[in-house]
Amino acid sequence: MSSTEITPPSRWTRIAKSGMVHSFRRNPVAVGSMLVFLCIAMAAVFAPVIAPFDPYDPINMDIMNSEFPPVWIDGSDPQFVFGTDDQGRDLWSTILYGTRLSLLIGLCAVALQAFLGISIGLIAGYIGGRTDSLLMRLADIQLSFSTLMVAIIFLAVTQAMFGSETFNQYAVYFLIAVIGVAEWPQYARTVRATVLAEKKKEYIDSARVLGFGPVRIMVRHILPNSLSPIFVISTVQVANAIISEASLSFLGLGMPPSQPSLGSLISSGFDYIFSGSWWITAIPGIVLVVLVLVINLLGDWMRDVLNPKLYKG
Amino acid sequence: MSLLSVRELSVKFAMRDETVTALDQISFDLGKGERLGIVGESGAGKSITGFALMNLISQPGYIDSGSVTFEGKDIANLPEAGMRHVRGNRMAMIFQDPMVTLNPVLTIGQQMVETLFAHRKLSRAEAKQIAIVKLREVFIPSPEERLNQYPHELSGGMRQRIIIAIALLLDPQLIIADEPTTALDVTIQADIMELLLELCQSNKVGLILITHDLGVVSQMTQRTLVMYAGRIIEAGPTREIINDPQHPYTQGLINALPQQTPPGQRLKQIPGNMPSLTDMPPGCPFSPRCEYATDQCRTTLPDMVRYGDVEVACHEVARLQSGPTQEKSA
Repeated sequence: MSSTEITPPSRWTRIAKSGMVHSFRRNPVAVGSMLVFLCIAMAAVFAPVIAPFDPYDPINMDIMNSEFPPVWIDGSDPQFVFGTDDQGRDLWSTILYGTRLSLLIGLCAVALQAFLGISIGLIAGYIGGRTDSLLMRLADIQLSFSTLMVAIIFLAVTQAMFGSETFNQYAVYFLIAVIGVAEWPQYARTVRATVLAEKKKEYIDSARVLGFGPVRIMVRHILPNSLSPIFVISTVQVANAIISEASLSFLGLGMPPSQPSLGSLISSGFDYIFSGSWWITAIPGIVLVVLVLVINLLGDWMRDVLNPKLYKG
Repeated sequence: MSLLSVRELSVKFAMRDETVTALDQISFDLGKGERLGIVGESGAGKSITGFALMNLISQPGYIDSGSVTFEGKDIANLPEAGMRHVRGNRMAMIFQDPMVTLNPVLTIGQQMVETLFAHRKLSRAEAKQIAIVKLREVFIPSPEERLNQYPHELSGGMRQRIIIAIALLLDPQLIIADEPTTALDVTIQADIMELLLELCQSNKVGLILITHDLGVVSQMTQRTLVMYAGRIIEAGPTREIINDPQHPYTQGLINALPQQTPPGQRLKQIPGNMPSLTDMPPGCPFSPRCEYATDQCRTTLPDMVRYGDVEVACHEVARLQSGPTQEKSA
């Protein structure tokens, strides 16, 4: 039997054949960035498996081991690949755990930003009028304070209020909250702008004519059509959030030295940089720079692909 | 009892420093399963009428006064939640351009199932079944596969069929079609119109056809309203209006059809433009363009008067009928 029946392509082949995947494959920078990002992300996720020591466990800390250089330098100890920090912790393990924390805080903070910003942007754009003006003026006010300033004030006040013991325990949540809240206007403004454009289109009229409620129209009809700018901002915002977290930790307002993120590691090594132990600052610094760089490169690529005005064919 | 009864409906738009009247006290009735055409040039208030019936006039417009009684309920003053039950469910609307009326990121199936879920309690399998039946009714080939396709994968005619299927999904009593074929090419226009006519006849669905194509109106509808500057100026059986128009504006519209002019001559267009809503002349809004206008026309607004089988808003209708040709030569 010669049947000419064409089976519809599965969801997976549809994705694999889409323009976005095609342009991704043809862009070596994007592929490279994605590979590096995946390596870092995997290392962070599987840190407890990969890391030779648990940096949070004081048993593994021996002050006698402090400030060993990395293995390729004389005077190193072969069990510490990247050397040790000032307290005798294995730097490699600490970096793995630190990257995990930095990524976690970055992603969660962006998720919070996105949730707040998208909800507020949708409401402002869809309802319009006074609600819109009010919400957008709030966004303007929020934007007129720099993120770091808001974060420093908030974290300093909470640190003073709860005492550093409690603060250190919940530092991750405080950081996520403050970075998340400080940057929501980025999302709100972009989402509002796309909502204003989408709202005028006829398929929204036809959705209203079919008797759909406003929430359904916002979430199910307008939001999916506004996703491209949201994707682009999200990548940039993850990079920004990681940088913000690192800056705050560097200033001593973020993760405590007992549970260091990349920022607090850089900060703790900073005191020893002139005594020759440059690796405590430099190696986490390189990891941070590479991480933020590849995320930004991915964001750039995504912006080029999703922006119809820059379409290169 | 009629299906839809509109009484002295006025729609106004609040502008920066004045309020303009987009619809001025229009009244008409529609029986169950009746097909009504609304014609007029751009800006006459045809589409606003459609949206006003749906109670979907968006800011800064609002329904100023009047009533819209649909299936015995006054829907012009219904709260939003009650209105949502009417929209799509009892009364559906079809728009001009099928390329933009479907949501580009949802599949045909998702859009149809969602519409059913919004009004009925159904399982997903039941909803899909109804969707397939309706797609078959509008002659979509292999409807099961269409459900998984996105709007961009389909042609304009196919999409307009799907939009009609979505409009029919909940078996409404009334379909408002706002220039449903303007964006399609001519061969498909005829197909779509025929389909719409057939479906309305076989399902006993009322139809309000908003268009500026007099040919379509004459084929599709039983009665016609002619609108000008937010007012109904002539209403009656379609055949009467097409064959023996009373109002000078309707006469002008019909004379302006290309078929009415021998080849090689200029088309007989109506001189001038419709007055802007912010700058309405006193008296009959058509008087500045009307070759029969008298002083009375320029000062007082004509009421609707019955003349033969039709109702006309014109002071001069009797005189025109007795012999406009002599008037012209005099």
